[in-house]
Amino acid sequence: MIMAVLGKVKEAGLPLMKLVKLRGMPILQQLHLEERLLRTSSDNWCLINDGTSSPAIVMGLSGKLSELVEAKPVLQDRISIIRRFTGGGTVVVDQNTIFVTLICNKDAVSNVQPFPRSIMSWSGLLYSEVFEGLAGFHLRENDYVFDDRKFGGNAQSITKHRWIHHTSFLWDYEVKNMSYLKLPAKAPEYRLTRSHMDFVCRMKEYVPRSEFIEKTIKAIGGQFSVKSISLESIDIPSVSEYVHTTRLLTEQEIQEACTIQT
Amino acid sequence: MKSSSYCFSDILSLQRNNNQNSREKRRCRQTQSLMALRMWASSTANALKVSSTSRPHLLHPFSFSRCLSSVLDGLKYADSHEWVKHEGSVATIGITDHAQDHLGEVVYVELPESGGTVTQKSGFGAVESVKATSDINSPISGEIVEVNKKLTETPGLVNSSPYEDGWMIKVKPSDPSELDSLMGPKEYTKFCEEEDASH
Repeated sequence: MIMAVLGKVKEAGLPLMKLVKLRGMPILQQLHLEERLLRTSSDNWCLINDGTSSPAIVMGLSGKLSELVEAKPVLQDRISIIRRFTGGGTVVVDQNTIFVTLICNKDAVSNVQPFPRSIMSWSGLLYSEVFEGLAGFHLRENDYVFDDRKFGGNAQSITKHRWIHHTSFLWDYEVKNMSYLKLPAKAPEYRLTRSHMDFVCRMKEYVPRSEFIEKTIKAIGGQFSVKSISLESIDIPSVSEYVHTTRLLTEQEIQEACTIQT
Repeated sequence: MKSSSYCFSDILSLQRNNNQNSREKRRCRQTQSLMALRMWASSTANALKVSSTSRPHLLHPFSFSRCLSSVLDGLKYADSHEWVKHEGSVATIGITDHAQDHLGEVVYVELPESGGTVTQKSGFGAVESVKATSDINSPISGEIVEVNKKLTETPGLVNSSPYEDGWMIKVKPSDPSELDSLMGPKEYTKFCEEEDASH
């Protein structure tokens, strides 16, 4: 009884976090939704997308296509390339990628400054709870790693009063898909020129898929009052209220990158 | 242009050498912020601990020796960390040294075209630093008369020279009295210290 009361008191003091669980949402649609919620909502949100429908390549705002992607096989295999509104590197995503996105008012997490490193370190502590007991988990140079192998990449965007922290977790991946990526010029120091196959690892070797999602929701529940809502019930304002940045690259743009690479 | 800046190591050395208290106090211009800076060092050390486990030598707070961010006289400052310098009919806008320091290496700057308009407290562009894009908000309203094209090729100018070569846009203010609502250098310095201390 006392515990229940204390629980309610604690919950009453925590900011509300609206949780939307998705499965198989196309990554372009997810990124558009994220951008819209960041720009037009005043609520805190957590989106968890358990896999995306088709393989796609996602690049940060400033990424140079010809330097990051092997354009010819991408054209041949008709892989979509998306330029997102956040920073972040280039990643290949598919049905085995789990996306966790947190969109917060800066006042809701008062111990976090609206700057990249502060948000990143806060997220590292959050996921330390999720991966509690796995000694190899670290936040390392903006990536989540088990020992020195990356399994989660981060991307952020910061506005005047809000911020978004998006993570793509590699629960599993196909070797073929990784070959679409070039070795980036700006790589983290700990990568040490390793190829993608030596640099990344599979989450599935460390934690079951559903357990990871449940533990993530539980960890978020330690800092927010989590309320599940459906995608359909999101009240989406008119898209004209903001200029969205996330977009699909055209075949012509990929063709031009291919020409540069020849 | 007179620059007011203070060295973090001076303040830290005050803690280590109590017997030289009076000498350090004369040299140190920000003793009243000692508690704030101690908290900042603590939170920064914690942040580094999370992100740099492979470099334990960085964990020790007393190894910090860099200077705190510079703030220039003669400029006005916004609480979202932009500066504005009003000269004649034109105001020049950029982000502060405090902002670039917290952002880290700037790899891309997205700016609007000349001829467009900006609105006070609204975003007019963005900077990208490794994993994040951050909005840049205008301190004042007006018409954009010039954009710093150099930043397209050399975004790092925002880091190396935030108040000079790293300027972003020049604006013809539509209402110069908007400048009165911005912070002066002393007020902005205090604002930054308080912001850092509370996190």
